[in-house]
Amino acid sequence: LPAAVLLKDTKLMDVKLGQLGSWLAMRDYSPSGILGAMRRGYDRYYNKYINVRKGGLGGISMVLAGYVVLSYAWSYSHVKHDRWRKYH
Amino acid sequence: MLSRLVLRAAPAALRALPPPVAVGVLHTTRPLHTTQQSLAPVPPLPEKGGEVRHGLIPEEFFQFLYPKTGVTGPYMLGTGLLLYLLSKEIYVVNHETAAAACILTVIVYGVKKFGPDVAAFADKLNEEKVATALAVKNEAIQTLQTAIEDEKKEQWRVEGHSYLFDAKRNNVAMLLEANYRERLMMVYSEVKKRLDYQVAMQSLKRQKEQDHMIQWVEKNVVQSITPQQQKESIAKCILDLKALSKSAHAAV
Repeated sequence: LPAAVLLKDTKLMDVKLGQLGSWLAMRDYSPSGILGAMRRGYDRYYNKYINVRKGGLGGISMVLAGYVVLSYAWSYSHVKHDRWRKYH
Repeated sequence: MLSRLVLRAAPAALRALPPPVAVGVLHTTRPLHTTQQSLAPVPPLPEKGGEVRHGLIPEEFFQFLYPKTGVTGPYMLGTGLLLYLLSKEIYVVNHETAAAACILTVIVYGVKKFGPDVAAFADKLNEEKVATALAVKNEAIQTLQTAIEDEKKEQWRVEGHSYLFDAKRNNVAMLLEANYRERLMMVYSEVKKRLDYQVAMQSLKRQKEQDHMIQWVEKNVVQSITPQQQKESIAKCILDLKALSKSAHAAV
Protein backbone atom coordinates (compact mmCIF):
# COMPACT_ATOMS: atom_id res chain seq x y z
CA LEU A 1 0.00 0.00 0.00
CA PRO A 2 1.80 3.16 -1.10
CA ALA A 3 2.10 5.88 1.54
CA ALA A 4 -0.63 8.49 1.01
CA VAL A 5 0.77 11.94 0.24
CA LEU A 6 -0.78 14.74 2.20
CA LEU A 7 -2.75 17.26 0.13
CA LYS A 8 -0.55 19.95 1.58
CA ASP A 9 2.55 18.49 -0.02
CA THR A 10 1.23 17.82 -3.53
CA LYS A 11 2.29 20.06 -6.34
CA LEU A 12 -0.24 22.10 -8.25
CA MET A 13 -0.10 19.93 -11.38
CA ASP A 14 -0.90 16.81 -9.33
CA VAL A 15 -3.93 18.27 -7.57
CA LYS A 16 -7.24 16.96 -8.89
CA LEU A 17 -9.79 19.52 -9.94
CA GLY A 18 -12.15 18.64 -7.11
CA GLN A 19 -9.43 19.17 -4.53
CA LEU A 20 -8.37 22.52 -5.96
CA GLY A 21 -10.48 24.58 -3.59
CA SER A 22 -9.22 22.87 -0.46
CA TRP A 23 -5.67 22.93 -1.81
CA LEU A 24 -5.83 26.67 -2.35
CA ALA A 25 -7.30 27.16 1.12
CA MET A 26 -4.41 25.27 2.65
CA ARG A 27 -1.69 27.53 1.26
CA ASP A 28 0.26 29.93 3.44
CA TYR A 29 -1.07 33.47 2.99
CA SER A 30 0.89 35.18 5.74
CA PRO A 31 3.29 37.95 4.58
CA SER A 32 6.30 35.70 5.05
CA GLY A 33 4.48 32.94 3.19
CA ILE A 34 3.66 35.23 0.26
CA LEU A 35 7.21 36.56 0.18
CA GLY A 36 8.51 33.01 0.29
CA ALA A 37 6.27 32.03 -2.60
CA MET A 38 7.45 35.04 -4.65
CA ARG A 39 11.09 34.22 -3.86
CA ARG A 40 10.54 30.60 -4.90
CA GLY A 41 8.85 31.61 -8.14
CA TYR A 42 11.60 34.07 -8.97
CA ASP A 43 14.30 31.52 -8.19
CA ARG A 44 12.64 28.89 -10.35
CA TYR A 45 12.31 31.22 -13.33
CA TYR A 46 15.79 32.63 -12.89
CA ASN A 47 17.51 29.28 -12.57
CA LYS A 48 15.64 27.83 -15.51
CA TYR A 49 15.93 30.58 -18.10
CA ILE A 50 18.61 33.11 -17.09
CA ASN A 51 21.22 31.43 -14.90
CA VAL A 52 22.55 29.22 -17.70
CA ARG A 53 25.65 29.18 -19.80
CA LYS A 54 24.06 30.01 -23.15
CA GLY A 55 20.93 31.91 -22.31
CA GLY A 56 18.56 32.72 -25.13
CA LEU A 57 16.17 35.49 -25.96
CA GLY A 58 13.20 33.68 -24.42
CA GLY A 59 14.33 34.44 -20.90
CA ILE A 60 13.71 38.19 -20.98
CA SER A 61 11.19 38.23 -23.83
CA MET A 62 8.75 36.22 -21.72
CA VAL A 63 9.11 38.73 -18.90
CA LEU A 64 8.54 41.63 -21.31
CA ALA A 65 5.53 39.91 -22.89
CA GLY A 66 4.08 39.36 -19.43
CA TYR A 67 4.63 43.04 -18.68
CA VAL A 68 2.88 44.05 -21.92
CA VAL A 69 -0.11 41.84 -21.17
CA LEU A 70 -0.34 43.10 -17.59
CA SER A 71 -0.16 46.76 -18.58
CA TYR A 72 -2.86 46.17 -21.24
CA ALA A 73 -5.07 44.56 -18.61
CA TRP A 74 -4.54 47.49 -16.21
CA SER A 75 -5.35 50.06 -18.87
CA TYR A 76 -8.32 48.17 -20.41
CA SER A 77 -10.87 50.49 -18.88
CA HIS A 78 -9.17 53.31 -20.82
CA VAL A 79 -8.84 51.30 -24.05
CA LYS A 80 -12.53 50.32 -23.96
CA HIS A 81 -13.44 53.68 -25.40
CA ASP A 82 -11.59 52.95 -28.69
CA ARG A 83 -13.81 49.97 -29.52
CA TRP A 84 -15.13 49.84 -33.10
CA ARG A 85 -18.53 48.35 -32.26
CA LYS A 86 -20.75 48.77 -29.30
CA TYR A 87 -22.35 45.29 -29.34
CA HIS A 88 -20.36 42.10 -29.77
CA MET B 1 32.64 10.42 9.86
CA LEU B 2 34.14 8.49 12.70
CA SER B 3 32.83 11.15 15.05
CA ARG B 4 29.35 10.43 13.71
CA LEU B 5 29.81 6.76 14.54
CA VAL B 6 30.90 7.68 18.03
CA LEU B 7 27.90 9.98 18.34
CA ARG B 8 25.57 7.17 17.29
CA ALA B 9 27.12 4.73 19.76
CA ALA B 10 27.15 7.24 22.58
CA PRO B 11 23.44 7.14 23.54
CA ALA B 12 23.54 3.36 23.89
CA ALA B 13 26.59 3.71 26.08
CA LEU B 14 24.94 6.50 28.02
CA ARG B 15 22.00 4.33 29.02
CA ALA B 16 24.43 2.03 30.80
CA LEU B 17 25.62 4.94 32.93
CA PRO B 18 23.75 5.85 36.12
CA PRO B 19 21.13 8.57 35.49
CA PRO B 20 22.82 11.64 37.08
CA VAL B 21 25.97 11.10 35.01
CA ALA B 22 23.92 10.48 31.87
CA VAL B 23 21.99 13.73 32.31
CA GLY B 24 25.15 15.71 32.76
CA VAL B 25 26.73 14.30 29.59
CA LEU B 26 23.57 14.14 27.45
CA HIS B 27 23.68 17.56 25.87
CA THR B 28 27.01 16.87 24.18
CA THR B 29 26.03 13.59 22.57
CA ARG B 30 22.82 14.62 20.82
CA PRO B 31 23.50 14.05 17.10
CA LEU B 32 23.86 17.50 15.64
CA HIS B 33 23.97 17.08 11.87
CA THR B 34 21.97 14.19 10.57
CA THR B 35 21.78 15.17 6.88
CA GLN B 36 24.53 14.97 4.34
CA GLN B 37 26.03 18.43 4.19
CA SER B 38 27.91 19.20 1.03
CA LEU B 39 28.34 22.71 -0.30
CA ALA B 40 31.16 21.80 -2.65
CA PRO B 41 31.66 21.01 -5.38
CA VAL B 42 28.97 23.35 -6.71
CA PRO B 43 27.09 21.71 -9.59
CA PRO B 44 28.00 23.32 -12.93
CA LEU B 45 25.59 25.68 -14.70
CA PRO B 46 23.25 24.01 -17.19
CA GLU B 47 24.31 24.49 -20.80
CA LYS B 48 21.05 25.82 -22.20
CA GLY B 49 17.99 27.32 -20.58
CA GLY B 50 14.50 26.05 -20.85
CA GLU B 51 13.27 25.73 -24.41
CA VAL B 52 11.06 28.60 -25.56
CA ARG B 53 9.18 28.48 -28.84
CA HIS B 54 8.85 31.66 -30.88
CA GLY B 55 10.57 33.46 -28.01
CA LEU B 56 7.33 33.66 -26.06
CA ILE B 57 5.86 30.30 -25.09
CA PRO B 58 7.75 27.67 -23.10
CA GLU B 59 8.12 24.30 -24.71
CA GLU B 60 6.42 22.62 -21.75
CA PHE B 61 3.09 24.05 -22.90
CA PHE B 62 3.39 22.29 -26.26
CA GLN B 63 4.42 19.06 -24.56
CA PHE B 64 1.51 19.38 -22.15
CA LEU B 65 -1.01 19.57 -24.99
CA TYR B 66 0.68 17.06 -27.30
CA PRO B 67 -0.94 13.83 -25.96
CA LYS B 68 -4.44 15.19 -26.36
CA THR B 69 -4.23 17.41 -29.40
CA GLY B 70 -1.07 16.45 -31.28
CA VAL B 71 1.30 18.94 -32.87
CA THR B 72 -1.21 21.53 -34.11
CA GLY B 73 -3.15 21.74 -30.86
CA PRO B 74 -1.45 24.75 -29.31
CA TYR B 75 -1.50 26.64 -32.62
CA MET B 76 -5.22 26.02 -32.97
CA LEU B 77 -5.69 27.18 -29.42
CA GLY B 78 -3.67 30.28 -30.16
CA THR B 79 -5.64 31.10 -33.32
CA GLY B 80 -8.97 30.52 -31.61
CA LEU B 81 -7.94 32.64 -28.67
CA LEU B 82 -6.78 35.45 -30.94
CA LEU B 83 -10.04 35.44 -32.96
CA TYR B 84 -12.05 35.42 -29.76
CA LEU B 85 -10.12 38.36 -28.34
CA LEU B 86 -10.50 40.30 -31.60
CA SER B 87 -14.17 39.54 -32.18
CA LYS B 88 -15.26 40.35 -28.67
CA GLU B 89 -12.94 43.34 -28.77
CA ILE B 90 -11.20 42.31 -25.60
CA TYR B 91 -8.16 43.31 -27.63
CA VAL B 92 -9.04 46.62 -29.29
CA VAL B 93 -7.40 47.52 -32.60
CA ASN B 94 -6.32 51.15 -32.34
CA HIS B 95 -3.28 53.35 -32.98
CA GLU B 96 -1.33 51.35 -30.48
CA THR B 97 -1.78 48.24 -32.58
CA ALA B 98 -0.04 49.92 -35.51
CA ALA B 99 2.79 51.09 -33.26
CA ALA B 100 3.13 47.62 -31.77
CA ALA B 101 3.23 46.06 -35.22
CA CYS B 102 6.03 48.39 -36.38
CA ILE B 103 8.03 47.90 -33.20
CA LEU B 104 7.66 44.13 -33.31
CA THR B 105 8.72 44.01 -36.95
CA VAL B 106 11.87 45.98 -36.20
CA ILE B 107 12.65 43.88 -33.14
CA VAL B 108 12.16 40.59 -34.94
CA TYR B 109 14.30 41.76 -37.88
CA GLY B 110 17.04 42.94 -35.53
CA VAL B 111 17.07 39.71 -33.57
CA LYS B 112 17.14 37.56 -36.66
CA LYS B 113 19.98 39.54 -38.19
CA PHE B 114 22.21 40.37 -35.23
CA GLY B 115 21.26 37.61 -32.81
CA PRO B 116 24.08 35.18 -33.50
CA ASP B 117 26.76 37.89 -33.43
CA VAL B 118 25.58 39.24 -30.10
CA ALA B 119 25.35 35.72 -28.76
CA ALA B 120 28.92 34.98 -29.86
CA PHE B 121 30.15 38.19 -28.25
CA ALA B 122 28.40 37.42 -24.98
CA ASP B 123 29.78 33.90 -25.08
CA LYS B 124 33.27 35.27 -25.55
CA LEU B 125 32.87 37.53 -22.51
CA ASN B 126 31.65 34.59 -20.51
CA GLU B 127 34.54 32.45 -21.70
CA GLU B 128 37.01 35.08 -20.54
CA LYS B 129 35.40 35.30 -17.13
CA VAL B 130 35.39 31.55 -16.74
CA ALA B 131 38.98 31.36 -17.99
CA THR B 132 40.22 33.87 -15.42
CA ALA B 133 38.39 32.07 -12.63
CA LEU B 134 39.79 28.76 -13.80
CA ALA B 135 43.28 30.26 -13.98
CA VAL B 136 42.97 31.47 -10.41
CA LYS B 137 41.80 28.05 -9.30
CA ASN B 138 44.61 26.28 -11.13
CA GLU B 139 47.14 28.67 -9.74
CA ALA B 140 45.87 28.06 -6.25
CA ILE B 141 46.10 24.32 -6.80
CA GLN B 142 49.61 24.78 -8.17
CA THR B 143 50.78 26.81 -5.19
CA LEU B 144 49.31 24.26 -2.85
CA GLN B 145 51.07 21.46 -4.66
CA THR B 146 54.39 23.26 -4.53
CA ALA B 147 53.72 23.83 -0.84
CA ILE B 148 53.18 20.10 -0.46
CA GLU B 149 56.43 19.42 -2.29
CA ASP B 150 58.29 21.85 -0.09
CA GLU B 151 56.75 20.30 2.99
CA LYS B 152 57.88 16.84 1.92
CA LYS B 153 61.35 18.20 1.27
CA GLU B 154 61.41 19.73 4.72
CA GLN B 155 60.38 16.42 6.20
CA TRP B 156 63.22 14.74 4.31
CA ARG B 157 65.57 17.41 5.59
CA VAL B 158 64.55 16.73 9.14
CA GLU B 159 65.84 13.20 8.73
CA GLY B 160 69.26 14.66 7.98
CA HIS B 161 69.22 16.65 11.17
CA SER B 162 70.89 13.86 13.08
CA TYR B 163 74.02 14.20 10.92
CA LEU B 164 73.98 17.93 11.40
CA PHE B 165 73.79 17.56 15.13
CA ASP B 166 76.61 14.99 15.15
CA ALA B 167 78.83 17.39 13.26
CA LYS B 168 77.94 20.19 15.63
CA ARG B 169 78.62 17.99 18.60
CA ASN B 170 82.03 17.10 17.16
CA ASN B 171 82.76 20.77 16.67
CA VAL B 172 81.88 21.59 20.23
CA ALA B 173 83.91 18.68 21.55
CA MET B 174 86.88 19.83 19.52
CA LEU B 175 86.56 23.36 20.85
CA LEU B 176 86.42 22.05 24.38
CA GLU B 177 89.47 19.87 23.78
CA ALA B 178 91.41 22.75 22.27
CA ASN B 179 90.47 24.99 25.14
CA TYR B 180 91.49 22.36 27.65
CA ARG B 181 94.85 21.88 26.03
CA GLU B 182 95.43 25.58 25.82
CA ARG B 183 94.82 25.94 29.52
CA LEU B 184 97.01 22.95 30.23
CA MET B 185 99.77 24.65 28.27
CA MET B 186 99.25 27.84 30.19
CA VAL B 187 99.44 26.02 33.49
CA TYR B 188 102.62 24.29 32.41
CA SER B 189 104.26 27.53 31.30
CA GLU B 190 103.25 29.32 34.48
CA VAL B 191 104.59 26.56 36.66
CA LYS B 192 107.79 26.45 34.62
CA LYS B 193 108.18 30.21 34.98
CA ARG B 194 107.86 29.99 38.69
CA LEU B 195 110.28 27.10 38.91
CA ASP B 196 112.76 28.95 36.68
CA TYR B 197 112.44 31.90 38.92
CA GLN B 198 113.28 29.82 41.90
CA VAL B 199 116.24 28.28 40.12
CA ALA B 200 117.44 31.68 39.05
CA MET B 201 117.05 32.95 42.56
CA GLN B 202 119.06 30.11 43.91
CA SER B 203 121.86 30.46 41.38
CA LEU B 204 121.93 34.17 41.92
CA LYS B 205 122.13 33.68 45.59
CA ARG B 206 124.96 31.16 45.21
CA GLN B 207 126.79 33.46 42.84
CA LYS B 208 126.42 36.34 45.20
CA GLU B 209 127.63 34.22 48.01
CA GLN B 210 130.63 33.10 45.93
CA ASP B 211 131.44 36.64 44.89
CA HIS B 212 131.04 37.90 48.35
CA MET B 213 133.23 35.14 49.69
CA ILE B 214 135.91 35.76 47.07
CA GLN B 215 135.89 39.43 47.81
CA TRP B 216 136.09 38.81 51.49
CA VAL B 217 138.95 36.38 51.02
CA GLU B 218 140.75 38.85 48.77
CA LYS B 219 140.16 41.64 51.18
CA ASN B 220 141.53 39.59 54.00
CA VAL B 221 144.46 38.48 51.96
CA VAL B 222 145.22 41.99 50.92
CA GLN B 223 144.90 43.11 54.48
CA SER B 224 147.20 40.40 55.57
CA ILE B 225 149.87 41.46 53.15
CA THR B 226 152.12 43.46 55.47
CA PRO B 227 154.27 46.22 54.07
CA GLN B 228 157.35 43.96 54.63
CA GLN B 229 155.93 41.30 52.43
CA GLN B 230 154.97 43.92 49.82
CA LYS B 231 158.56 45.16 49.57
CA GLU B 232 159.89 41.64 49.31
CA SER B 233 157.44 40.69 46.60
CA ILE B 234 158.07 43.87 44.56
CA ALA B 235 161.90 43.21 44.74
CA LYS B 236 161.28 39.64 43.65
CA CYS B 237 159.18 40.83 40.73
CA ILE B 238 161.88 43.29 39.61
CA LEU B 239 164.45 40.49 39.69
CA ASP B 240 162.15 38.26 37.69
CA LEU B 241 161.53 40.98 35.14
CA LYS B 242 165.26 41.57 34.74
CA ALA B 243 165.84 37.88 34.20
CA LEU B 244 163.06 37.77 31.68
CA SER B 245 164.33 40.80 29.82
CA LYS B 246 167.75 39.20 29.67
CA SER B 247 166.36 36.02 28.22
CA ALA B 248 164.28 38.11 25.78
CA HIS B 249 167.39 40.09 24.71
CA ALA B 250 169.21 36.79 24.23
CA ALA B 251 166.37 35.41 22.13
CA VAL B 252 166.37 38.53 19.86
